[in-house]
Amino acid sequence: MSTPLPLWIEVFVALLLLASGALALTGAIGLFRYGNFFQRMHPPTLAATLAAACVTLASIIFFSALERLPALYPLLINVLLALTSPVTTVLLARAALQRAREANADVPPALAVQEPQPPD
Amino acid sequence: MSTLLAAAIVVTLACYSLAMALAVVRLLRGPGAQDRVLGLDFLYVNGMLVMLVLSIRFASNMYFVVALLIALFGFVGSAALAKFLLRGELIE
Repeated sequence: MSTPLPLWIEVFVALLLLASGALALTGAIGLFRYGNFFQRMHPPTLAATLAAACVTLASIIFFSALERLPALYPLLINVLLALTSPVTTVLLARAALQRAREANADVPPALAVQEPQPPD
Repeated sequence: MSTLLAAAIVVTLACYSLAMALAVVRLLRGPGAQDRVLGLDFLYVNGMLVMLVLSIRFASNMYFVVALLIALFGFVGSAALAKFLLRGELIE
């Protein structure tokens, strides 16, 4: 590294990184400890949203200060995660619900499918 | 790279490693197949975060590309596994 970064930028980046580590660890503990699959789906989203946001913000600040021009490309990761993570979650939840119904577990029944009205 | 930032990066990577270890425990123990897929999903997100932190550590953009690829292919894998659990077949 040619020029040292200002101290406050390093402190800010370090705090964001520590926050993201704590959030990811919280999500992992929740994933480990909850008793039910549908409860267990909640904590890992913490890592995909808030922890990833903290890390990308930290790297935006770090690389912008390092190269002395705005480096916004880490936002791509946030956009990608915002697009993909709900799709995975919905697919997994539907699969788990279907498997629970096949195993006759205590879950809500499937919604009745409405037949389309034939045109007159 | 000052000592402060390097120490924070070490602590963060330790947190991620612990989180990945817990996800591996869930992956091996998980009562149902959907729990294992959930553990795998969490694992790839954490791997991507590790790559982003490493890009800060070594001040290199190459790790960012790796993180992007992990996010992309991790989504494809998780979605394919979830679809397989839903239908029992991938391509209809």
